[in-house]
Amino acid sequence: MSNNLRFKTSKFIDETYRVSFKFNNKTYFGFKGDTLASALLANGIHLVGRSFKYHRPRGIMTSGSEEPNAIIQLHDNSSRTEPNVRATEVEIYEGLVASSQNCWPSVNFDIGGINNLLSPILPAGFYYKTFMWPASFWEKYEYFIRKSAGLGKSPKVADPDIYEHKYIHCDVLVIGAGISGIMAAKMAAKNGFKTLLVDEKSYLGGSSIYDNSEFSKINNQITSSWLEKEINEISKLENLEIKIRTSVAAYHGYNFLLARENLTDHLPINQRENKVRQRLLKIRAKKVITATGSIERPLIFDNNDRPGIMLSSAIKKYIDLYGVACGENNILFTNNDTVYETAMSLIQRGIKINAIIDNREQIDSKISYEVEKNNIKIYKGYSVVDTYGYRRINKISIMKLSKDGQTVIGDKTKLNCDCLGVSGGWTPAVHLFTQSGGKLKFRDEDQIFIPNVYPSDQISIGSCNGEFGLDEIIKNTLSSIKKFLNIDNSEYKNIETVSGLNLLKRNIWLLPSDKPVGKTKSFVDYQNDATAKDIKLALREGFRSIEHVKRYTTTGMGTDQGKLGNMHALGIISETAGTKMGEHGTTTFRPPYTPLTFGTIVGRNVGEFFDIFRRTPIHDWHVANNAEFENVGQWKRAWYYPKDNENMHQAVQRESKAARDSAGILDASTLGKIDIQGTDASEFLNRVYTNAWSKLAVGKCRYGLMLNEDGMVYDDGVTTRLGENHYIMTTTTGGAANVLGKLEDYLQTEWPELDVYLSSVTDHYATISVCGPNSKKIVSKVIPDLDLSDEKFPHMSFKNAKINNIKCRVMRISFTGEHSYEINIQANFGKSVWEKCMEAGKDFNITPYGTETMHLLRAEKGFIIVGQDTDATLTPIDLQMDWIVSKKKYDFIGKRSLYRSDTIREDRKQLVGLLTENPEEVLEEGAQIVADIKKSPIEMLGHVTSSYYSPNLKKSIALGVVKGGKNMLGQKLIIPMENKNINVTVADPVFLDKEGERLNAKL
Amino acid sequence: MFLINCPFCGEREQSEFKAGGEAHIVRPKQPTELSDDEWAEYLFMRKNIKGVQFERWNHVHGCRKWFNMVRDTSNDQIKAVYKMGEKPPVK
Ligand SMILES: [Zn+2]
Repeated sequence: MSNNLRFKTSKFIDETYRVSFKFNNKTYFGFKGDTLASALLANGIHLVGRSFKYHRPRGIMTSGSEEPNAIIQLHDNSSRTEPNVRATEVEIYEGLVASSQNCWPSVNFDIGGINNLLSPILPAGFYYKTFMWPASFWEKYEYFIRKSAGLGKSPKVADPDIYEHKYIHCDVLVIGAGISGIMAAKMAAKNGFKTLLVDEKSYLGGSSIYDNSEFSKINNQITSSWLEKEINEISKLENLEIKIRTSVAAYHGYNFLLARENLTDHLPINQRENKVRQRLLKIRAKKVITATGSIERPLIFDNNDRPGIMLSSAIKKYIDLYGVACGENNILFTNNDTVYETAMSLIQRGIKINAIIDNREQIDSKISYEVEKNNIKIYKGYSVVDTYGYRRINKISIMKLSKDGQTVIGDKTKLNCDCLGVSGGWTPAVHLFTQSGGKLKFRDEDQIFIPNVYPSDQISIGSCNGEFGLDEIIKNTLSSIKKFLNIDNSEYKNIETVSGLNLLKRNIWLLPSDKPVGKTKSFVDYQNDATAKDIKLALREGFRSIEHVKRYTTTGMGTDQGKLGNMHALGIISETAGTKMGEHGTTTFRPPYTPLTFGTIVGRNVGEFFDIFRRTPIHDWHVANNAEFENVGQWKRAWYYPKDNENMHQAVQRESKAARDSAGILDASTLGKIDIQGTDASEFLNRVYTNAWSKLAVGKCRYGLMLNEDGMVYDDGVTTRLGENHYIMTTTTGGAANVLGKLEDYLQTEWPELDVYLSSVTDHYATISVCGPNSKKIVSKVIPDLDLSDEKFPHMSFKNAKINNIKCRVMRISFTGEHSYEINIQANFGKSVWEKCMEAGKDFNITPYGTETMHLLRAEKGFIIVGQDTDATLTPIDLQMDWIVSKKKYDFIGKRSLYRSDTIREDRKQLVGLLTENPEEVLEEGAQIVADIKKSPIEMLGHVTSSYYSPNLKKSIALGVVKGGKNMLGQKLIIPMENKNINVTVADPVFLDKEGERLNAKL
Repeated sequence: MFLINCPFCGEREQSEFKAGGEAHIVRPKQPTELSDDEWAEYLFMRKNIKGVQFERWNHVHGCRKWFNMVRDTSNDQIKAVYKMGEKPPVK
């Protein structure tokens, strides 16, 4: 490798700080300040990866976030591994390990390279057309495709780094700290606006900070010197916060933006411990100034993708900012003046330029004359028609362009080079502007899209707004910021600028070749290997909309979202179709602008903080007593309490039997509780429940069924009348928040005349349910002062009571069909009362049971669980619960829907009980129910909703919904399973104690 | 993400709110008098306009109040917010 690629002239590189790093298992050295790309180039390495489809060798093409080729895997096989990282954005640090992606077995010998030879048979849409048929073959193709293609490898272990989210509110957000962004930030901050300036780079100033050209000056100083002083000044401003290494990922409506701030990625690994790696900034700005600059366009010609072919602006940046020469024998190829600036930078350092190929016949600018003076041959009106060299470019051939630019003419000349800098002009970086909902317009003179209609309080300035000359940028920035911020003082007086560039270009989207059409490989999207030929094929096959062409050819679908080639794709489409630019639409740039890590997106919401979960006041007791938990909504509920080596089935059988034989205890604290007060509370309940409430006496409880307006069951629960104008409603655990929301909705929007107030009190109370034949004896020990006689305290009534002077409410309600009591006490006493009940129940084998046993016990009684036995398609009539629907009430939510033509159909799915022929056979919940398995296709009649083995009935029981099931009592049906058909009989859904004797049994 | 001016609390993030569909659809006072078609009109039919639309919103993670909003769905501009029962301040 050559040593004369590094020029120690850059103030951005610290030559005293040598950094070693590994690339593809080989150790290299760079300096602090280098990116991985600049360090590799300084080591003479261009070939860094393989392309996605043809596996062609690819090199570093750019110097920024637009890089399509140099995407690498960081720290392979470590917990910090990260795929698809752009080498142009990685700042090197001691210990950096990077490897090429997309190549197997190695970057220099890649088996997928055979795709390149096969490329005539790999046109656009090839994967869709070929590998999808026959469908059964996909599995076979997939293995090889995935092995030899694919973008990087995902990590296999947890990310060790810390991420966080932060809100920022500011008056003015300036995106991009190039020359116009710096000026805008200064004007805003100095005029009293709280300003935030962000830039994705590690330094401020954009490309102007290394612009040392004699041809563009500000106040007679070279641009970089003038700008350095400006940066110095703004860094002291109090009103201005500056964030570097911060990339705006998304620009949403109402000036809400997301940005990723990179805090530790540039540090040696051992200095990152306990530091936040990346921060997602959620920025709400009153005003946004977008100064995101522009991206240089490549040129589209045959074999324009070889390693060593780079953007000319990147070559300039590598030499000016990093002091790295990308080649020792350079050729520049252009349709505009940009490459002459690059040429001057190379000339100044004595780096050889073999030739400049310029599409234009006439070139007229100070800088081009200066380049010519240095004896550099400029081929005017020429174009590159082909390139040579497999792992690195070594030759090009050029030909003269015809007058109309559609063909090449004359003799072919071959020129040697090891680096080819290309420039097709500039594309404004309007990505964020369009994300915000902004509308673009097309400017014909230089074939660019620029911001036109702003959807929020924002403005674009500088080259992202289509301003390219230094004098134009400065003049327009000053005037538009003054207007935008409504300020008089621009902070800049008598500013004089000189610009040496001529902005004219000769735009040819697809450069002509001497080869026949179809024999060229002119890449438009480098990352996804989409060529001009593919785009033309898509048009021939009838695709017109850019969004369709994009998907068919995969142009712009890579991780770079086609930042380089999208414009050319549009250009080739409009040229081929003979339409105006923009007529087929412009592609939509979607967030994020550059890829985000998952860590940044989730922030601190990882592990136990991924989602909040709620614990009952008795939770610790359940944990201490070996409970297994299940998630119900956000709640952790005790599921069952295995003893010794019991499995779930054994535990549930034991718990269920104990509850009916003697006593069971359940933590029901998660049930939703809504406190309802007001003079119209009874009327309100009349309107929201299907049954009547006016006559419910104070001190009594009633079960209610709540419907949606469409007549379908929505929620259920017991409501107790605590006083004349005071109720407490219980809801299902999962439905609590929605029920409250629905009730509030009706109260506020439909019935504002009702005097009713609702409060959620779910968390305020612990609810302990004691059930079973011995429940009365146990509760009388816990609350000795309470008269538990059936006369004084009958089923479905409530009493105020005290336990150790603490007030509590006791309801005699039952979800198991057993004689039971529900004690509601202030939440912080929940655990001690639970323990009291356990102590009092010791002699009665009181058995804690979880949700699974609760489900089994209620199924024995045929009680529904909303959300398990119902699914928003069942009316109370479908559930055979006609008894709870008031015929007398004039109206309630959902009433009218109960006799719509659809809801009165006889053949609706209806809830039934199911008994298996073999009493030991337990059905699978969700299994289909059919009548005739010989018919084809088999008609599905319904499905099993609940199924258990009942230890109390000593047989399998199930609930299910069956079409017309109401009239099928005793009928035989079939549950077809994978290996067998199970015979069942339709039964009454109440399997146990239909008369309800157990509730009122004399104990 | 919208910045919504709750008529009771002031400007808050959209994430605190829940959208509740088309506004100014009054629940019939006498549903039992309605034909299936008339009831279906109330129950199911919503406009979903491209352009200026009147919507219900709920400050669900705030004051829990329902209110109305006039929003242009083509560009997400909120033209006005106003309390339930009030007349829309814009057309
Ligand atoms: Zn509010």
